[in-house]
Amino acid sequence: MSDPTVADTRRLNSKPQDLTDAYGPPSNFLEIDVYDPQTIGVGRNRFTTYEVRMQTNLPIFKLKDSVVRRRYSDFEWLKNELERDSKIVVPPLPGKALKRQLPFRGDEGIFEESFIEERRVGLEQFINRLAGHPLAQNERCLHMFLQDESIDRNYIPGK
Amino acid sequence: MSFFSFGQSAEIDVVLTDAETRKKAEHKTEDGKKDKYFLFYDGETVAGKVNVTLKNPGKRLEHQGIKIEFVGQIELYYDRGNHHEFVSLVKDLARPGELTQSQTFDFEFTHVEKPYETYTGQNVKLRYFLRATVSRRLNDISKEMDIVVHTLSTYPELNSSIKMEVGIEDCLHIEFEYNKSKYHLKDVIVGKIYFLLVRIKIKHMEIDIIKRETTGTGPSVYHENDTIAKYEIMDGAPVRGESIPIRLFLAGYEMTPTMRDINKKFSVRYYLNLVLIDEEERRYFKQQEITLWRKGDVVRKSMSTQATIGAQRFEGSASSESALEKAAREDSG
Repeated sequence: MSDPTVADTRRLNSKPQDLTDAYGPPSNFLEIDVYDPQTIGVGRNRFTTYEVRMQTNLPIFKLKDSVVRRRYSDFEWLKNELERDSKIVVPPLPGKALKRQLPFRGDEGIFEESFIEERRVGLEQFINRLAGHPLAQNERCLHMFLQDESIDRNYIPGK
Repeated sequence: MSFFSFGQSAEIDVVLTDAETRKKAEHKTEDGKKDKYFLFYDGETVAGKVNVTLKNPGKRLEHQGIKIEFVGQIELYYDRGNHHEFVSLVKDLARPGELTQSQTFDFEFTHVEKPYETYTGQNVKLRYFLRATVSRRLNDISKEMDIVVHTLSTYPELNSSIKMEVGIEDCLHIEFEYNKSKYHLKDVIVGKIYFLLVRIKIKHMEIDIIKRETTGTGPSVYHENDTIAKYEIMDGAPVRGESIPIRLFLAGYEMTPTMRDINKKFSVRYYLNLVLIDEEERRYFKQQEITLWRKGDVVRKSMSTQATIGAQRFEGSASSESALEKAAREDSG
């Protein structure tokens, strides 16, 4: 045993952190795809839904792979819930395009293919940025949006 | 104390022979006060004088005998009536008769066995004391003097480190290591935590020292847990491959040596609790028992026999040593 009058307080041997561990890709992943826009309904009651697919290995999400159908107003609902309940600065949604919803337009308005594609890209960016935020991951509304079959607007907000 | 002024009464006083030279140790009493008492070790002689001072000089004091006892006893708070005496020595100082004047009696308890350490806890108390008694027909006159006993040990031959890999599947894997499994009361816990996999968001990590006092046997076993210390060792989220050092100085905390199954009445054991807290205040923890022992301060010539006896009593035979290791492994499992 070493000199008993002076305590041995040297650190235990540990390898310095591997460069691959330090700079390598994180072992956690979270990918959300927004794709396959479908326009449902006829005439003035038409709306577009998108498929939202999430793949992750983060323990905080109940399902590691989930697919749901969501429309633009669902994304709006999510943004409003988070702005009200959490302290995050929520990323911006693609525009509401009210002008496109006015009658007497030359084109299809909000059902124009190029517009839908623009919107799809914006929604994908929005949800990816949001879902990666640790404070958003704590909110029930995000999990309901991503993994529940349908959104229950009468849910009790919480963590 | 007698309220009748007709009879004779006396005051008893116990004074140790080596009161001037003997060291005193601080001990916390049941009501939380800290007092100093004379410190003894196993095998030491307890000697001194009993002074019986008559209250009314001139009057005689009739008595049924004067004696002094050295008692070591265990007192369970929920069963105060029954004292379990594990050491009980008596010396008769005077046969029944009468005292005409104040008198002093010498006594000596040679090489008294004091197998356990003085302990005052939440539900149990182990104490040693001298009790001088003047027996009388109606009411005895007695005086108690508490002493404190410390049990000493030397550096254990076998003191393996504690090293273990624990975790939650796919969420968190860590490897922790503490440099020893047996620490003396002024030792330093040196260790490290190595993160193999981190998928949850950890806010901070701390080490707690927990004291568990177990009283009772069979169906009525009662554990009293007390967190002696909480020491934060990491603040912020770790990543895979990171190593966090631990350096915890035990001298700052009030602890006793590990006491296992004392006279089959109680145990006092210590555990290191590694706690990780995540962003949602969820706690992940791993508890590990450590053995605490008391190191002698200075090896004085008169102390060497005592220290050897103390070491033998702690270490025991090789079989009890391996039983300790086995118990430590089972606890950690």
